Amino acid sequence: MKKIVISIVLLNLLAACASQKPQETAATPASSPVAAAPAVAMASSAQTYDDALNDPQSILAKRSVYYPFDVSEVQDADKPVVQAHGAYLSKNPARTVRLEGNCDERGSNEYNLALGQRRADGVKKMLELGGAKSAQLDSVSYGEEKPVGSTHDEASWAKNRRTDINYAK
Amino acid sequence: MLKARCGVLGLLMLLCASTANAVLNIEIIGAGEQQIPVSIVPFGGDEKLGLAIGEVVSGDLQRSGLFRLVDPLGKSPHAPAEVNYADWQVRGTEALAIGTVGAQANGRVEARFRLLDVVKKVELIGQAVSANDGQLRAVGHRIADLIYEKLTGNKGVFSTRIAYVNRQGRQFSLIVADSDGYNEQVVLSQHEPIMSPAWSPDGSHLAYVSFETGHAAVFVQSLYTNQRKVLADFRGSNSAPAWSPDGKQLAVVLTRDGSSKIYLMRPDGSDLHRVSNGSGIDTEPNFSPDGQALLFTSDRGGSAQIYWMPVEGGAAQRMTFGGGTSYSPRYSPDGKSFVFTHLSGGKFYISTQDFQTGQMEMLSEGGWEKKPTFAPNGKLILFASEARGRGILATVSSDGRVKQHMFTQSGDAREPVWGPAQ
Repeated sequence: MKKIVISIVLLNLLAACASQKPQETAATPASSPVAAAPAVAMASSAQTYDDALNDPQSILAKRSVYYPFDVSEVQDADKPVVQAHGAYLSKNPARTVRLEGNCDERGSNEYNLALGQRRADGVKKMLELGGAKSAQLDSVSYGEEKPVGSTHDEASWAKNRRTDINYAK
Repeated sequence: MLKARCGVLGLLMLLCASTANAVLNIEIIGAGEQQIPVSIVPFGGDEKLGLAIGEVVSGDLQRSGLFRLVDPLGKSPHAPAEVNYADWQVRGTEALAIGTVGAQANGRVEARFRLLDVVKKVELIGQAVSANDGQLRAVGHRIADLIYEKLTGNKGVFSTRIAYVNRQGRQFSLIVADSDGYNEQVVLSQHEPIMSPAWSPDGSHLAYVSFETGHAAVFVQSLYTNQRKVLADFRGSNSAPAWSPDGKQLAVVLTRDGSSKIYLMRPDGSDLHRVSNGSGIDTEPNFSPDGQALLFTSDRGGSAQIYWMPVEGGAAQRMTFGGGTSYSPRYSPDGKSFVFTHLSGGKFYISTQDFQTGQMEMLSEGGWEKKPTFAPNGKLILFASEARGRGILATVSSDGRVKQHMFTQSGDAREPVWGPAQ
């Protein structure tokens, strides 16, 4: 019985992967600088964008912003990161990002789900101020359900209080 | 985008309830102020059934903290005529349970039991309890309920069920089990988080939050057919489902119009309307037993605290004050108090507060203790705790005297909720 259930789960996962692919490939040709850019049309500028997002030295390489406990406003130290992504999204309207808010485990699971959503929505708002369009942005919260660090200490909590800026491939 | 994923959801619905073989390990800490001494004699005929019903009854009564079990010391009467009251008076027992159990021709199991008052030498209960062959434990729980009610004056809750989420690595399972943690059934199992299970008042359905669509969405699932449907899947987060006492409405928390706010809807998804306002977070709604008011968590005053408001909206009143923050309120079944999680000095405390006096009482020493929920009789509170580095289920009597830890076989147990009375 158990084995059957597990294989159904696996099938579902496979199905999930399979069904999501078409959406991704549909989006890729338009948005991927690698595919669209070569040689002529966007030449140097596309190359630059591509580099900027993939360049580990670029500020755009930073994809997470962090918060103090029970705070959802983007901190001054992280504002340049969010502003840089806003500018990038403004210049690359085909790119989309998913903003994923997370929290440490202090507070209830439901309160943290709400707090994580407010964190993600705060980043979203700041990206919009920077010129990104609402349609490029999706904000979700994982609350305290997907911790990066799982110990009951500030070392883990600090890592878990964040919003991730995830670009669609 | 959402449509493309419906096919995936359809497949996920195939997940059937499977019985897990996990057995809980239970530890009891503390004792009631006054414990009633009782003796449970092993039932005649139970050696043929593979389960000692008397032990199920004894375990239930012991865990309540209100009884002291007196060993029968080899005496094994099964009928009143076989009872020599003097034997039992000498041991200090006040009540004696005896009986027989056996399989019926129709495949059911029937126990005939009697509860005898050892002091007055009278019969307090004489009753037959039956169940399907596979539900021997249910017979024991029912007998324990009858004994508990006769001797304490309160309804027993041993026949009720609980629901919780078990997390093992990336695997999340929604579990329904007997109130003692046995007889686990997996309602849903997946690699995305599951949160906030909520029982319908008749015990037939669970509402819960699942992240299977990539974000928090509210689902409702029948525990009889396993059929499930999406109740709320708007942009952002959809969460914190709560049923009204008559089962005709659900409160949910949505961010579709901005920050987390409380909305009401019918179980079929119709008549969705918002009942809380303002810019802060409002979440974890819980209906009063009369259905007229909601308790909820809000940070509208600057930190997370418990608030009260009329069910259809209106001026909210702050209920918790002082240092620290408070979360996850739930009404007591009599509506006179509520239980909640209080976070102070880095520790979570399971606490109750009386509506009339405003007096707050901490029932635990503090730790990683979350999400308290009353048993239907109001005498026990179930919550998520932690011991030996694992998430466990725990109960505390509403007077704070008796605590119980229940260890699942593996993984972290979290998000428990006590089901309705049977």
